[in-house]
Amino acid sequence: MSNFINSSIGKKLIMSISGLFLIVFLLVHLTANLFLLGGSDAFNLSAHFMGTNPVIQIMQPVLALGFLFHIVYSLIVQFKNWASRPVKYAKVNQKEASTWVSRNMIWLGIFVLAFLTLHILNFYWKLQFGEIGTVVVNGEKMENAYALVAGLFTEGGTLAYIYSGIYIIGFIALGLHLHHALWSSFQTIGWSNIKWRKILTVIGDIYAILIAVGFSIIPIYFLFIR
Amino acid sequence: MAHKTINIKLRVWRQKDAKSKGGFENYELENISVDSSFLEMIDVLNEKLVSENKEPVAYDHDCREGICGMCSLFINGRAHGPDSLVTTCQLHMRKFSDGETITIEPWRVGSFPIIKDLMVDRTAYEKIMQAGGFVSVSTGGVPDANSVTIPKADADEAMDAAACIGCGACVATCKNSSAMLFVAAKVSQLALLPQGKVEASRRAKNMVAKMDELGFGNCSNTGACEMECPKGISLAHIARLNREFLAANIRG
Repeated sequence: MSNFINSSIGKKLIMSISGLFLIVFLLVHLTANLFLLGGSDAFNLSAHFMGTNPVIQIMQPVLALGFLFHIVYSLIVQFKNWASRPVKYAKVNQKEASTWVSRNMIWLGIFVLAFLTLHILNFYWKLQFGEIGTVVVNGEKMENAYALVAGLFTEGGTLAYIYSGIYIIGFIALGLHLHHALWSSFQTIGWSNIKWRKILTVIGDIYAILIAVGFSIIPIYFLFIR
Repeated sequence: MAHKTINIKLRVWRQKDAKSKGGFENYELENISVDSSFLEMIDVLNEKLVSENKEPVAYDHDCREGICGMCSLFINGRAHGPDSLVTTCQLHMRKFSDGETITIEPWRVGSFPIIKDLMVDRTAYEKIMQAGGFVSVSTGGVPDANSVTIPKADADEAMDAAACIGCGACVATCKNSSAMLFVAAKVSQLALLPQGKVEASRRAKNMVAKMDELGFGNCSNTGACEMECPKGISLAHIARLNREFLAANIRG
């Protein structure tokens, strides 16, 4: 077993499984977030459900582990990859051979991680440890998560535009990361061939666009539509 | 018939031996026929160097018809240069323009140390083959037709994988210096056929272990190897290797 986990394919399998887990998480996250478009009560109910549902509570530490494995193993794999070419080429031209995204997954990932840190400080941290106003929906008292989101993207004049901009750029980087992610994780598990590669890359692109556009709608909605 | 020629500038990596520090040397060649192959162009350069009492450029070559896998060279940032599905001996000077500066480097892979100038030591590939790229039992002579039935699709795919000439372009072009396409081709070629299936698990485990041990990087599915492979070996073989390797480890 340790031979397997320490092998190149074993390490990549950890990247792949943790990545697929995060892919599923993003869908759940997006679904919960889109209730923002339904107004204050709808989103507060959705956030309250996510905050109190026992399944979600159990999944929270699992999710943290998923991120941890994906990040730690990406670095382990990447450092080995850099070490495999001690002397670099003076000239490299890979325009025709591979996509920019597939070559820069580590940098897109690091960018997304930086964005994730900001995102956790903006919302999760405040919800867990900060002072959030409460609101009563359907006779039940709950945290006013809607006001927190609306506040970030509308209050503070220029600051709201800066935050919206950062979030949209973060979502674009995430979308680009996902463009290579889905097909690549299936390939690593071995569930791909010439035919399925085409299908999986199309599904991966649809998914990547769904995530990038779906999340970007939120700051755009608060800034320009609401 | 008018004979078209071009003048070119070369930027060639020169390195005395494995331990010496190398560097680029610049050369200029005139009246190079566009119909000559890239290696013939280097031969012209070497004749010129010899006539000037200088050390000729060392580079690997053998069959010069695209099947031996000896010729290497990273030309203008691409393995085997600016053409698809060819080795360097099949690359022609018509792919370059008059007055162009051509950068020629050896494969830059930690596991393929430079021997001299543009020559690299690809023994690492031999070691991977020795770890499992074979069928142990003697399978006898050619069997009678249809006595061993193999589905046409499997036979075709095994043949596609068997087209690998072990040139190292996949590792050379891979941003991770991963040998996965090479190992995948060798594993696929045998795992798809009844003679090789028996040892499929052990083969996948041993070849991957050897590949890791020799310091090759981890595949990140960029697909550059497939695009630069002179034989067009598909990434689908890497998926098969992953399957074989996972299955082998699940079976124990």
